[in-house]
Amino acid sequence: MSTLAGWGRLPEPGTEVLDEDLERLTEGAALTRGLGRSYGDSSLPASPGDRVAASRLATRILSFDPATGVMRAEAGLSLVDLIRLMLPRGWFPPVVPGTKYVTLGGMVASDVHGKNHHVEGCFGRHVRSLRVRLADNSIVSCDPATHADLFYGCIGGMGLLGHILEVEFVLHAVPSQWIWMERERVPDIDAYLASLERAAKTWPMTMGWIDCVNRGASMGRGVLMAGRWATREEAWAAPPKEKGDKALPVELPNWALNPVTAGLFNTAYYWMHMQRLVTKAVSPETFFFPLDAILDWNKGYGSRGFTQYQCVIPRAAGAPAVREFLDRLTTLGAASPLCVIKDCGPEGKGALSFPLEGTSIAVDMAVTADTQRVVDGLNEFLIPTGGRIYLTKDRFTRAEHFRAMEPRLPAFEALRAKWDPQRRLRSAQSRRLFGDKT
Amino acid sequence: MKVVVFGGTAGIGRAVAQQLAARGDRVCLLGRNEADLAKSVADLTARHPAQAPATSAICDLEKPETFASALDAADRALDGFEAVVVTAAMFATQDALEMDVELTRRLTTANYANTVTFCEHARKRLLARGGGWLTVVSSVAGDRGRKPVAIYGSSKAGLSTYLEALDHKFREQNLWVLCVKPGFAKTGMTAGINPPPFAGEPQQVARDIVRAMDAKKPLIYTPGIWRLVMLVIRHLPRLIMRKIGF
Repeated sequence: MSTLAGWGRLPEPGTEVLDEDLERLTEGAALTRGLGRSYGDSSLPASPGDRVAASRLATRILSFDPATGVMRAEAGLSLVDLIRLMLPRGWFPPVVPGTKYVTLGGMVASDVHGKNHHVEGCFGRHVRSLRVRLADNSIVSCDPATHADLFYGCIGGMGLLGHILEVEFVLHAVPSQWIWMERERVPDIDAYLASLERAAKTWPMTMGWIDCVNRGASMGRGVLMAGRWATREEAWAAPPKEKGDKALPVELPNWALNPVTAGLFNTAYYWMHMQRLVTKAVSPETFFFPLDAILDWNKGYGSRGFTQYQCVIPRAAGAPAVREFLDRLTTLGAASPLCVIKDCGPEGKGALSFPLEGTSIAVDMAVTADTQRVVDGLNEFLIPTGGRIYLTKDRFTRAEHFRAMEPRLPAFEALRAKWDPQRRLRSAQSRRLFGDKT
Repeated sequence: MKVVVFGGTAGIGRAVAQQLAARGDRVCLLGRNEADLAKSVADLTARHPAQAPATSAICDLEKPETFASALDAADRALDGFEAVVVTAAMFATQDALEMDVELTRRLTTANYANTVTFCEHARKRLLARGGGWLTVVSSVAGDRGRKPVAIYGSSKAGLSTYLEALDHKFREQNLWVLCVKPGFAKTGMTAGINPPPFAGEPQQVARDIVRAMDAKKPLIYTPGIWRLVMLVIRHLPRLIMRKIGF
């Protein structure tokens, strides 16, 4: 039986259909998926017989207006293709996630956020209009004025309101092809959070990595990065070199990543940044997509697969809650080689858009018999803080936990009842979290 | 270079057209659907605004009567084309073809008789202006009679043989005929089949094609590993071919 899997490599039975013609492809489909970079089950079929439309060949740019930066393109256009084409011409998407291997449709459905969330919001904020195939197979256009509920429902709606066929969005003019970056090594979590807050006031882009394996005084020590587009004077004269990304040639054995190696990796990464403060021009690749440098890095977790737990803890809960979360994480025994912390700005208009004002924490975990218990434990801590998880990364959250953390769920269910009363559009994730019947 | 791409709205043809446009070549797309052609022209224009805009003309591989007029229109649009790339073709699985004799007739006609007819139109025009490039996508499926591609493969075998002969006959007159044999390209045409090992992405296949055109090669396998795979397959004894499902 053939299977499909997300970035976390946990498969579900099913197959995808592929074509350049996304309109034809989505007819009668239950779900559309782009490049399969969502970690969990959001791009996987609810039932093996469901038609899953793969949009990645629908890559045409339909128009671009250099006077306004407005572009219209088919939903399968990838960010890597878009950047390769537009950055040399002085344009860049206003918001990009942590990987460039995503499609426009996926960026809308996940309402992706980036390092500049506190300034620019999510990608959805920069979308002008969408062309969508509905569950009843009709095709409609929507924007903030026409079918506004559908429009905002598709933004962050995980593909459950309609198949996104075309996306019209705004690109920003950038002064150079380089990022002016400041990188600071921070000794512990309190200093880290203080630095993060300080940086957010003066830098449009911030994010950082912290050590959440080693405990005690060094808990939460990390490396904070802040950046903005370099001016022409700061930038290197030559454009950034296009690096041939290296692929991880083999799947690593399951034991390769364990608490000991994760701890060593974290210590090594911390001390790689010997200089406390570094300021320099770096390529957007290095700044925005550091992990893309190794294609298929997800194979590093071995055949067992992995998941990411990403949540946002509201500002009101404050730094103590973040500290407690990290404590909880180590107590639960989740050894994450990678923990990313950043600031989020106010909540956007997308139906189930992830960010809200607060601190976002993302930790990777190899999947073990223990993963469900760890995710449950983290969710039980998260719910009373008023925080929530990022569906695009999720595979293990329980339906009752999600309902408890998501006050917008009834409104989203009402939207589905209006635009897809039979719930024909569904995913493995909507089966798990929203109880879609198969 | 001024290039006509028949089938340039999708799959390998789209990737070839994009790569040619990216390096400054002028492109005219031929295809059967006007709206689809318009989208592909818009795509090339948006990607490469500094270039002379791409153009298009209607041409349907199942309607040979459209061939001459389409090539004439392309000739006018490009002010005399220097190269013709043919990626248009039909594909169906062996199961589908065995169940539907009419589909078999259509596919073999389109992929062999009509493609050769189109090439003849193109060849004459190119030779009349002192030569040029004629690049046609055939398939590794034509290299050997194989169970899973009996009918489709035979249409490509005929095409490959024709292209080889064209190369022998007209190379002296500066006609650079290139027969492209993709192992398998992950495009809409081959959707629904589990990609075999060494399947290629359209962009990668297109890169190989453009490079081979520049080098005036008569034949390429793409991805390159298929040259070795087919070397083995071509030499397998009949007895073994009969036993295996490949």
